[in-house]
Amino acid sequence: MFGDYSIGDLGSIFVMQGFAGLILFSVYVLMALGLAIIFGQMGVINMAHGEFMILGAYVTWMTSNLFQSYLPGLFSGYFFVAMMLAFLASGALGMLVEWGLIRHLYKRPLDTLLATWGLSLILQQAYRSVFGAREVGVELPQWMLGSLKVTDSIEVPINGIFVMGLTVSITCAVAYVIYKSRWGRQVRAVVQNRIMAGAVGINTEKVDRYTYGLGCGIAGIAGSAFTMIGSTGPTSGQLYIVDTFLVVVFGGAASLLGTIASAFSISQTQSTLEFFMSGSMAKVLTLLAVVGILMLRPQGLFSLKVRK
Amino acid sequence: MIINSRFFNRSELIGFVTLALLLFLILPLSLDAFRLNLVAKYLTYAFVAIGLVLCWGYGGILSLGQGMFFGLGGYCMAMFLKLEASSVENTKIQSTPGIPDFMDWNQITALPFFWKPFHSFPLTLLAIVLVPTLFAFIIGTAMFKRRVGGVYFAIITQAIAAILTILIVGQQGYTGGINGITDLRTLNGWDIRTDHAKFILYFVEVVLLFGCIVTAQFIRLTKLGRILVAMREQEDRVRFSGYSVANFKIFAFCAAAIFSAIGGALFTLEVGFMSPSFVGIVPSIEMVIYTAVGGRMSIFGAVYGSLLVNFAKTTLSESFPQLWLFGLGALFIAVVLAFPNGLSGIWADHVQSRIDRLISSIKRKSGGWTSNSVADGAPAE
Repeated sequence: MFGDYSIGDLGSIFVMQGFAGLILFSVYVLMALGLAIIFGQMGVINMAHGEFMILGAYVTWMTSNLFQSYLPGLFSGYFFVAMMLAFLASGALGMLVEWGLIRHLYKRPLDTLLATWGLSLILQQAYRSVFGAREVGVELPQWMLGSLKVTDSIEVPINGIFVMGLTVSITCAVAYVIYKSRWGRQVRAVVQNRIMAGAVGINTEKVDRYTYGLGCGIAGIAGSAFTMIGSTGPTSGQLYIVDTFLVVVFGGAASLLGTIASAFSISQTQSTLEFFMSGSMAKVLTLLAVVGILMLRPQGLFSLKVRK
Repeated sequence: MIINSRFFNRSELIGFVTLALLLFLILPLSLDAFRLNLVAKYLTYAFVAIGLVLCWGYGGILSLGQGMFFGLGGYCMAMFLKLEASSVENTKIQSTPGIPDFMDWNQITALPFFWKPFHSFPLTLLAIVLVPTLFAFIIGTAMFKRRVGGVYFAIITQAIAAILTILIVGQQGYTGGINGITDLRTLNGWDIRTDHAKFILYFVEVVLLFGCIVTAQFIRLTKLGRILVAMREQEDRVRFSGYSVANFKIFAFCAAAIFSAIGGALFTLEVGFMSPSFVGIVPSIEMVIYTAVGGRMSIFGAVYGSLLVNFAKTTLSESFPQLWLFGLGALFIAVVLAFPNGLSGIWADHVQSRIDRLISSIKRKSGGWTSNSVADGAPAE
């Protein structure tokens, strides 16, 4: 399959596909980060994660429409406002859901799966009723359009670079919050031993609620970033949920570093394969490889050593 | 047979007879051909639900990939019917006569090797059972021997279901793609599209369903069933007692796969086509919901759950398409939060106990033994 290309061409192909993979990687990381917090840290299988993401996307879409009609002068900066709003909206909905639904189910993890699946159906239908069944796309500000020419044969799109930058900063922020802040220490304490954490005076219920809210909020930001590279429909979230779960499981559920490593390897494999075969076969091969590796190493790439 | 004294206890016997009356007499007599065919379609999901009762309710293994076994069974049957429908004289206008139409559209000129066995009906029947079982066996062995369980198993089965769907959709020339295998006409020369044929197929299906119910009940009552329950509750203790936990799990998973595959094959016969939309993640989770609504511990509950949820789905989506998903979503949440044992749990907790009390109070009236029921606080007459 390499026969028809010269060495230089192949190099460019790998760079370009690698870059396409990096954009996919950024979206995977953003989506998987929220899930890694909710699933990895709390053990809740949040099948509605995609819908929280789509909520962020719709919030971004509404914000862009608002700016277009009322504040056209500030349109170039709407994205930052939209991201904050998306985080707040998804986070708030997440906390509400935790209060109404999830907190009753901490002892039955498989049941969280069914309940959140029901939630995702309700949210999908709600989006369909409110925003219509058609996919919507946001208009990007001028400075995000176009691409950067690196060499003659290599071009990288600016919105891709922006998504990547966003991913890096959010990942750093999450890592800081989880590993350095006082609250993050409480989260990890609750995860490792809920009863002891409660005994030393941590309000575990509050920690749970904010953790779930944070995870959903990050999903909202992921949705916001998602609008820059694709359009949003009521069922878009469902398309990504299995991939996202695989990313988290493959990385080792409780490890943020593992999530990033697995998102990187999955997205790079897929986008490089995509150049040489049809998209569906590339996806099948990638997923098969992931499932195969998981069978050999069920704990994922990076596993946390915890005494159970 | 290693069965403790009785195969069905009293209430199970009543449940069995009621279900038999309903499916063999009441529904066929009271419904028109169209509605009866709908019931037949719903009942194909009951096979999957019974499998899930064994594997999830008793064994504690939640598989989110039952759709793939349903689909494999269905596709095996569809391949046979399709080959029969695309005989050389039926497909004269194609550039290669004698192969299914979608292959011809995709410039395939010879029948792929894995389609060849489906020329023969006995081999097809064998494949319907063997292919999904083998598939389940491979997945089960790979997972359970490595002690992958619970949540991880659920997610990985889901991923495999997704892979299978993408594969079927992507390999259009070999599988019919997103449209699936359609335009199926005859089974060994017998036209399956007439009302009369559908009526007969319905009874074939109900008989097979009762076969599955009895098999599931048999598994439940043997030592095997007890080990499954023990494994669900305390896996380590079962392992320390010297049982190979993995093998029992593989068995339960394979049994569930066979039931699903039979359901899938019947689905193809009843509905007349098979497509990837019955294989993927969404249908697989819906199948779990039928079981959850019926009661994950109850074999009869699974049948009623499949019937009721699908009936509600058809009715609601016919008259209130907007509300249907809200209703289904709310149903999931309600079942999980409020009624973890589903309909059969509600029945056992609220209806059965009333009936028992009623029976005992009647017995008391007729001058039978009374001391027990007074102590139980039976309702005043």
